[in-house]
Amino acid sequence: MTTTGKAMPDGDMSGLGHVLDPGVVDVSHGVILYLEDITVSFDGFKALDRLSLTIETGELRCIIGPNGAGKTTMMDVITGKTRPDQGQAWFGQTLDLTELTENEITHAGIGRKFQKPTVFENHSVFENLELALATDKRVWRTLFARLNTEQHDRIQEIIDLINLADQIHIPAGRLSHGQKQWLEIGMLLAQQPKLLLLDEPVAGMTDAETERTAELFVQLAGRHTLVVVEHDMDFVSAIARTVTVLHEGHVLAEGTMDKVQNDARVIEVYLGR
Amino acid sequence: MTAPTDTLPHPAPAMLYRARGWSVLAALCAVFMVVIPLLNLAVPADSILSVSDYTVALVGKIMCYAMVALALDLIWGYTGILSLGHGVFFALGGYAFGMYLMRMIGDAGQYHSHLPDFMVFLDWKELPWYWLGTDSFVYALLLVVLVPGLLALVFGYFAFRSRIKGVYFSIITQALTFAFMLLFFRNETGFGGNNGFTDFKRILGFPVAAPETRIGLFVITAMALVAMLLLCRYVVTSKLGRVLTAIRDAESRVMFLGYSTLHFKLFVWTLSAVMCGIAGALYVPQVGIINPSEMSPANSIEIAVWVAVGGRGTLIGPLLGAGLVNGLKSWFTVAFPEYWLYFLGALFIAVTLLLPQGVIGLLRRWKPRP
Amino acid sequence: MLATILVFAMATTQAVEPAALTALAGDDSDAKIQVIHQLAISDDVSALQVLEALAAGTLAVAGDGRVVIQQDSNILDAATLLPLTPAPDGINAIALNNRVRRALDSALSALRLISPDRRVRLAAAEDLQNRAHEGFLPLLIKANDKETDPDIKIALRLAQGNILLTSNDPSARLSAAQMLGESPRAETKTLLLTRLGKDDTGSPVEPDAEVRAAIQKSIAHIDSRLAMGELVGRIFSGVSLGSILILIALGLAITYGLMGVINMAHGELLMIGAYATFGVQILFQSVLPGMADWYLVAAVPAAFIAAAVVGMALERGIIRHLYGRPLETLLATWGISLILIQTVRSLFGAQNVEVANPSWMSGGLTVMSNLVLPYNRLVIIGFAVAVVVMVWALLTRTRLGLYIRATTQNRAMASCMGVPTGHIDMWAFGLGSGIAGLGGCALSQIGNVGPELGQGYIIDSFLVVVLGGVGQLAGTIVAGLGLGVVNKFLESFAGAVLAKIAVLVFIIVFIQKRPQGLFAMKGRATESP
Repeated sequence: MTTTGKAMPDGDMSGLGHVLDPGVVDVSHGVILYLEDITVSFDGFKALDRLSLTIETGELRCIIGPNGAGKTTMMDVITGKTRPDQGQAWFGQTLDLTELTENEITHAGIGRKFQKPTVFENHSVFENLELALATDKRVWRTLFARLNTEQHDRIQEIIDLINLADQIHIPAGRLSHGQKQWLEIGMLLAQQPKLLLLDEPVAGMTDAETERTAELFVQLAGRHTLVVVEHDMDFVSAIARTVTVLHEGHVLAEGTMDKVQNDARVIEVYLGR
Repeated sequence: MTAPTDTLPHPAPAMLYRARGWSVLAALCAVFMVVIPLLNLAVPADSILSVSDYTVALVGKIMCYAMVALALDLIWGYTGILSLGHGVFFALGGYAFGMYLMRMIGDAGQYHSHLPDFMVFLDWKELPWYWLGTDSFVYALLLVVLVPGLLALVFGYFAFRSRIKGVYFSIITQALTFAFMLLFFRNETGFGGNNGFTDFKRILGFPVAAPETRIGLFVITAMALVAMLLLCRYVVTSKLGRVLTAIRDAESRVMFLGYSTLHFKLFVWTLSAVMCGIAGALYVPQVGIINPSEMSPANSIEIAVWVAVGGRGTLIGPLLGAGLVNGLKSWFTVAFPEYWLYFLGALFIAVTLLLPQGVIGLLRRWKPRP
Repeated sequence: MLATILVFAMATTQAVEPAALTALAGDDSDAKIQVIHQLAISDDVSALQVLEALAAGTLAVAGDGRVVIQQDSNILDAATLLPLTPAPDGINAIALNNRVRRALDSALSALRLISPDRRVRLAAAEDLQNRAHEGFLPLLIKANDKETDPDIKIALRLAQGNILLTSNDPSARLSAAQMLGESPRAETKTLLLTRLGKDDTGSPVEPDAEVRAAIQKSIAHIDSRLAMGELVGRIFSGVSLGSILILIALGLAITYGLMGVINMAHGELLMIGAYATFGVQILFQSVLPGMADWYLVAAVPAAFIAAAVVGMALERGIIRHLYGRPLETLLATWGISLILIQTVRSLFGAQNVEVANPSWMSGGLTVMSNLVLPYNRLVIIGFAVAVVVMVWALLTRTRLGLYIRATTQNRAMASCMGVPTGHIDMWAFGLGSGIAGLGGCALSQIGNVGPELGQGYIIDSFLVVVLGGVGQLAGTIVAGLGLGVVNKFLESFAGAVLAKIAVLVFIIVFIQKRPQGLFAMKGRATESP
């Protein structure tokens, strides 16, 4: 059970190196996610074609690309849902993502929000977050679990962050689509992941909600590492520091929004149309 | 425990019920554990206040059924897994305790042998190994819990691990109880075959048929029912209860939150089976017989209709449903025996089409929550 | 072959001596038997006609002492087989006692060995295995030399073996023991075993060690042949059970597999099919008694329609309100099944009703001496094949099938394309129910028909669908046959109950490995959580 509370107990114990604690992410080199030469093919069609990508700790990275560029497949590879035909995927320095199950990857500290928001509709907003909270999730502990002050504060903090303080005891099923998206993001945060993968987080949100989400992501960056897949270019330019453009399963361009927007190849395949 | 801030009351109430709930429960306890026993034992039979032996037996039986309904609701109403084989756990608990009762007959049986009559009939010379030690009351109680529990644990592990769910799971559980029924119908299985166990004489030295013994069993059954209700109340109001309903509503999301749904399902499934086993053990001495027909698929599916009629996903619903349906059944099968199946069939259809929340849902619609 | 027999027959036409015939008409049983034996080994076709007439009671003595055969309105002279005109008066049939009749029967068999009809010869040779005596030995040897049919040759040698096994000559017994090893029959084994036993004085029945060894070898031969028969028989009963499971599960594969409706009343639709068959049978018996043997021809469509109509009514009235709620559907259809059972009980009584096999379906095909394939089971296997082919054709070759497949794959899209999905549901459910009715019609031919007929099959058939993979007709068929055969094999050494339990355990273990069933459907539908 990984929590940030006891993360990296190794630290730099000496100048000679550090102890590797299995299950704990080692980001001592500043890189949290490292994909190299990933290839995934479905029936001869290459969804990912020698994709290489490096995400640094605390970064907020936007991934854009036309339909079929391989964005969702890339997320599937990172979360263990799809195994790559070849290539390497490392979480920190020590965790080989291609060897772990979905459950183990969640525990290691990668949270993922799917395109379609899924929250527990019969549970209140508070209960949704309580269930998501990073804690001992084994049966017996869960049966006798009581929230302590610290956990209470944590939930309160998240509720304020996702702007649902007024809906705290409302069943999640009665929230608007945008609010559900926020709640799901809040649930991701409650898990205290190191890396958040967000698939189209502002789909179905009003402009005001989108703006609020943009602020939220900018706030989160630094404490967490965020990878955002999005089609909404206004949203992307509002939050992006580094943008990666995927095309036909590999990286077409990477850099600041300005640089990417002016790249001739990007204009050709994506922005121009 | 007090909440640290005013805006966030503690979601899991420290008390299982509020004051009103406790007082209703206490009143019911008084009725079932004091008033009915007194009215049966102390009031002369010709008095208008007297509660007949028949009524005591019927209510005792229905309380056992109510425990089974509660157990099924835990797994179906709260976790979303419909078992059509809960009869097997009920019957196994009954058989486990029945073995003790058979041993207590001693040589007072028809053949005056130390072996149960049916074994003499089969020309067996000694007890099979699985009968050893069953003359111990404590060991029998242990079996009542362990046999259904272990079966549920093993079966559940394989079923849940391979992610059998929904209707598939229902059918496999139905096949499970069917297979056990066939197994117990065999004479060679060593549980009395077709006839099962009956003609019990004594329990812990008390004669089974004596009024005091029967009232004693009645009170113990009532206490067990209350204990199970409180246990279930604790489970469903705990965080684990919220995990269970979350599994019912969006299982894959629960997995992505880092819960091992296999373990949670296995826990509640096994708990449910053990509750059924205990209900079965209390049922057998009161009804005086246990035979393989208790494991027939039809019996198990009937449990589901008790829960559905009462209102699943609540704890009062199954108790209400078990009482209503079985009360009606005992009246129908005397008054219009040929129409009972029509009524039961119509009940299945009506409750699924018109009353998905059961009687409790109906009451709630009339009386909106404050 | 035919030519030989004709020549043979013509050459011997005039062989029955009038003096011998007179002895037949006499009162002396011993003399009669002697004549019968003479006639039997006489190689004479006309002798056969005389003996057959004797056996049929048409051989008679005329008033003038001549022996004649009464044939229809003609009277034939037994010696010449020519009609006598005018017919003699005072004809008295020749009477037989049991001793003479026995001799006559075996003599007839001996004579029939030279019949031109293969079946008559085979029956005669098999008959002689049981009651030939040493006097027929030369005849058997001669017949064997002439015979070309391998089956009959074996039967003839077995008859010889039976005679020789008790011979005084050890070498004759030795060859008999060897010959009997070719027997496919359990009786021969019993016969050989008695030779290996001890007599009352404690000495072996068969004194010669070499012969005993040969007998033992022959018994081993017979055993392996019997085991073969048993094996084939078991496969057959497995296929037979499998074909019934397929008939039942095929309807489920449509209603559950394609439509996703879990219909617990499926068994009761079978029951309705069986009762429809019963009804048609009653109708034929009372209205068309002459055609009563052919009631099944009308019962098949009647069973289909009856079950389909009930199924469609259920779909419109109840099940369609529960689409997308499988567990509720399960409970509601269980309620339906209770009501249907009680309705049938009220209408027809709780007792089983009598559904008879038509005469052309009773009896069986003898493949080996210990293997008889009942015609009703053979017909049902053929019926199952026909139904499978028709369902397959319906689903893949007709517009209705196209609509059903379209609706099951993508209801919204099908609806947009103008497919009336609501009606398609009804027709598809009717089709599945109707097939259940056909299954009930088939079941009525091999088992009891009662209100609870369907209850016994419902779990098995759901297991077939689960094992075969949802939505897969091919899976249903393979799973049905497989379960049938496996079940029957397990039954043979574990008993019916343990076999059922073993099958259940097998299915649970199997689902561990392949949760989607035998024929997994690939695609997004199965991957979604």
